[in-house]
Amino acid sequence: MRLLINKLVLGLSSLAAVIGLVFLGWILITLIIKGSEALSPYIFTHDLINNGIRNLLFGQFVLAGLATIIGIPIGIMAGIYLQEYSNGSKYADFIRDLSDVMMSAPSIVIGTFVYAVVVMPTGHTAGWAGVFALFVMMLPIVVRATDDMLSLVPTELREAGIAIGASKYHVIVNIILRAAKVGIVTGLILAFARVVGETAPLLYTSGSSVYWSTDLSDTFPSITVSIYNLATMPDDKMVQLAWAAALVLTFFVLILNLLGRYIIREKHH
Amino acid sequence: MKDIANIMEIQDFSFTYPKAENPSLKNINLPIKENHITALIGPSGCGKSTLLRAMNRIHDLYPGCHYEGAIKLKNQDGSIGNILDIKKENDFIALRQRVGMIFQKPTPFPMTIYENIAYGLRIAGIKNKNDLEEIIVKSLQDAALWNEVKDRLHQDARGLSGGQQQRLCITRVVALKPDLMLFDEPTSALDPISTLAIEEMILGLKEKYSIAIVTHNMQQASRISDYTAFMYLGDLVEFNDTDVMFTNPKEQQTNNYITGKFG
Ligand SMILES: Nc1ncnc2c1ncn2[C@@H]1O[C@H](COP(=O)(O)OP(=O)(O)OP(=O)(O)O)[C@@H](O)[C@H]1O
Ligand SMILES: [Mg+2]
Repeated sequence: MRLLINKLVLGLSSLAAVIGLVFLGWILITLIIKGSEALSPYIFTHDLINNGIRNLLFGQFVLAGLATIIGIPIGIMAGIYLQEYSNGSKYADFIRDLSDVMMSAPSIVIGTFVYAVVVMPTGHTAGWAGVFALFVMMLPIVVRATDDMLSLVPTELREAGIAIGASKYHVIVNIILRAAKVGIVTGLILAFARVVGETAPLLYTSGSSVYWSTDLSDTFPSITVSIYNLATMPDDKMVQLAWAAALVLTFFVLILNLLGRYIIREKHH
Repeated sequence: MKDIANIMEIQDFSFTYPKAENPSLKNINLPIKENHITALIGPSGCGKSTLLRAMNRIHDLYPGCHYEGAIKLKNQDGSIGNILDIKKENDFIALRQRVGMIFQKPTPFPMTIYENIAYGLRIAGIKNKNDLEEIIVKSLQDAALWNEVKDRLHQDARGLSGGQQQRLCITRVVALKPDLMLFDEPTSALDPISTLAIEEMILGLKEKYSIAIVTHNMQQASRISDYTAFMYLGDLVEFNDTDVMFTNPKEQQTNNYITGKFG
């Protein structure tokens, strides 16, 4: 009987895995076939106004990059506070719960929130609003990644640092962070990969633009929002460009994820 | 008992953990003898680690500990200070440089073998590269670790075997030339051969240093210690010469414990 159940469970879960892989493969293959039609060096050297995606790629990286640059130090410091300084206080538990809730909040909710607090009062979409939305998405991921990775560092290591005469600050900076470094860096890469492909937080915040732009106080180009816009256009050429952009973005996020996972794997061997 | 100077004297000492109702240590009186090894033995939970961890006040890493009594430490100039009076961060750092500690599990820092030793030295104010080099080589030689690591000084210390890691951790403390070294079951995570190497190392250290060691291993206590303290349920039951303790203890409880009747 038990044997039968075992086989059944194994069979069902294998089936589920196969179904998952089939769909994933289908998506990837469709993406590659449709995406490669418009894929050419040309689109990387021209902006959307001239049927390229240069400004979109650049815009996406500026938005996600700035969110990361602001989010990482704040997130890491918050994670350090939670693990090293909070002494298990109620306040710390509250921040952990809040981060978990924020992490599972649908991204459109965050987009709408930023729309309400930034875009509505100023009256127009702006790059900064998009950066802020991505930052809000990213922060809890960085906080919890840091928190979790630091919690894996054994207490004895902290005590050994103190016992040798180091101050708590030096123990954290020179010993604990270093011991958790690989895990934290991996968390950061995965956090970046998570926000770099987001559409919903940008849709109503940074808006979309067909021109090259470096002015974050104005509507700002991004690849995800433009894919969304292009894909619904009646023009076949534009739809093809959307596929190509989707392929480029997917490829990039995939590489980032693989890199993150590779680092994790390296650490465990 | 011969009359030997004390490096530390624990007097009417009681200790309560943060948020705990009852003290984990009650009215302890115990001398730690200079240039000798004192073993702390007793059944699990009797307070051996708690007492050891009071001697360098590492407890204070966690706020809310409550101390009573006195722990007097002899300074290098012969004067005596109560370490329970320490309040300032700098004085804590100075205390821990003078009273070093080695833990149950080896705790190499995530850096090279060289840096593991240099780290504490730099904090202690030794920054000159030649001075550092000299002390590090000398300490490793004293620890009989030099031959094993001399070709990999600049590799990650976490690549060493468990026994080597533990000897490095001891070396790291010895390099600071402490007055007193505290060991909390330093061999309980190691194989018999590494254990012997560490025991030999500790025996060699007592020429220059005073040592207190917690151990669960009765043979280990009798092999390496000069004095033994038996603790039970937060009390110090008996303190005696190790020879006397293991052949002819004063207290019935001690006798029961070392003959294996409980614990
Ligand atoms: N952080 C803590 N908070 C409250 N009580 C504690 C804490 N750590 C230890 N205790 C209690 O203090 C008592 C002494 O513990 P301690 O760790 O000193 O025992 P031990 O003799 O070292 O035991 P073992 O041989 O198992 O290491 C035990 O009753 C233990 O439950
Ligand atoms: Mg213990």
